[in-house]
Amino acid sequence: MEFYLQLFISGLVIGSIYSLVALGFVIIYKATKVVNFAQGEMLMAGAYVCFALTVQAGLPFIASFLLTLAFSVLLGLCIERLILRPMIGEPIISVIMVTIGLSSVLKAVVQFFWGTDIRVYPEVLPTEPVMVAGVPVAPVYVAAFLLSLLLFAAFTLFFKYSRYGIAMRATAFDQQAAQSMGIGIKNIFALSWCIAAVVSSIGGVILGNINGINIQLGQLGLKVFPAVILGGLDSLLGAAIGGLAIGVLENVCGGLAKDLLGLGGFREVSAFIFLVLILMVKPYGLFGTRHIERV
Amino acid sequence: MEPALDLLRVENIEVVYNDVVLVLKGLSLTVREGRITALLGANGAGKSTTLKAISGLLAGENGEVTDGSILYGDGSIHRQPPERTVRQGVFQVMEGRRVFEDLTVEENLRCGAFTRPTAEFAERLDRVYGYFPRLAERKAQLAGYMSGGEQQMLAIGRALMARPRLLLLDEPSLGLAPMLVEEIFSIIRTINEQEGVTILLVEQNARAALSIAEYGYIMENGRIVMDGEAAALLNNPDVQEFYLGMGHGGEKRSYRDVKHYRRRKRWLG
Repeated sequence: MEFYLQLFISGLVIGSIYSLVALGFVIIYKATKVVNFAQGEMLMAGAYVCFALTVQAGLPFIASFLLTLAFSVLLGLCIERLILRPMIGEPIISVIMVTIGLSSVLKAVVQFFWGTDIRVYPEVLPTEPVMVAGVPVAPVYVAAFLLSLLLFAAFTLFFKYSRYGIAMRATAFDQQAAQSMGIGIKNIFALSWCIAAVVSSIGGVILGNINGINIQLGQLGLKVFPAVILGGLDSLLGAAIGGLAIGVLENVCGGLAKDLLGLGGFREVSAFIFLVLILMVKPYGLFGTRHIERV
Repeated sequence: MEPALDLLRVENIEVVYNDVVLVLKGLSLTVREGRITALLGANGAGKSTTLKAISGLLAGENGEVTDGSILYGDGSIHRQPPERTVRQGVFQVMEGRRVFEDLTVEENLRCGAFTRPTAEFAERLDRVYGYFPRLAERKAQLAGYMSGGEQQMLAIGRALMARPRLLLLDEPSLGLAPMLVEEIFSIIRTINEQEGVTILLVEQNARAALSIAEYGYIMENGRIVMDGEAAALLNNPDVQEFYLGMGHGGEKRSYRDVKHYRRRKRWLG
């Protein structure tokens, strides 16, 4: 039983990272209706930049973390300005193809600078496990989970109360009407890409601290799809819950399949099996918008 | 009493959609500061296009002002991004209300105040709730669940949050019951008087519009075909016949009259 409890807890932690990446994905989708296939690669880029600053440049971790955030803001701005903005008005499928291309480019650039080996972050937190619900858990897991929660709380407040947060939701609903309010929608688009890049790279840094990083990190972006489809493509709460749920489900299912059926590697596919099931049962996801119809 | 300043001067503008469709063909109009000016016309005459050309929202629809000029106050607002025009005090209430249905009433109002400093928000909000008490009752409700009349009130209230100098109203009567139309129009009148907001009102409901406007323009096929003081327009036999649905002396109309009507319309254009 303790084994499953452990799987559950590590599932929550991985899930909280899925949630962060899903948050970025949902923000871009909501504001610009672009399905961003490069979300995982944005995470990878952040993780590698933080690695380079900490290990190769020898900066203290906190400093390099903050610099990584600044880098992500720039990355988000550049992607929006140079790649997405010229695509405004083009068919949505072309825009999606562009994000797929972007993911390849980001991967290639990272490979060019850092190769394909696994790189390991220095220990930032103590390694002595702490006890959570009677199970020993590494402090980095606890920190990762708390940081994700904190970020979600911050973004919830941002979207509920801040001028730009509300403007982003308005733009998501009706771009032209938002423009008529004096909301510069190009700024809103840029802001969404910035936020998406920042939250993903935070996810990347957390993952780096847990597992180390390699070029496969971008694959994690694909896990976002089950998470957001479970939660609803345009719901922030859905992203949070979907991410956590997928993290836990795949861990526990992977464990069960191994124990009962002797299947290894079920963990990797289980998320996508859920994806198909969810689409069959609840295509809008748990929290996705159904359009309000007045009769 | 009559303020001398022309707040808005639209001169000979041409608007083309998708690089081919010519919608406005040399349209000119003038809006005096402090007045309500009505822009009337049938479906497809180009009334909404005129407003979008002024507010700059055309670009989002592949429309472009290809000729002429749009002067507001001392400067030109021609071909500038809409957010800049809003900051200068020109606010368009779009046709069909276009409230943000996923947002609550108060969040909608916050969007209206997007360009204004936070410090004046509470005071503006009180004012808007003063004009529209029903919005205050429903401030925490999602805008999508409100009735059409309430949504129209919200759309106008949202515009007031931006403290506009020139308000462009696109068919505020659209889809509303006659009682509500009357209510909305009397509020528009009040807003014009109390806030000193200049209003350019686009309407198909000519009678309602001319009842509150001081001056009116009539559009057909992308051009202004007639203009004058509201009272004069109301008494003009052509306007009565074509826009107010009154025949001369109420006699029965025959098909020949309809042809006559077409001929006359062409002449007017």
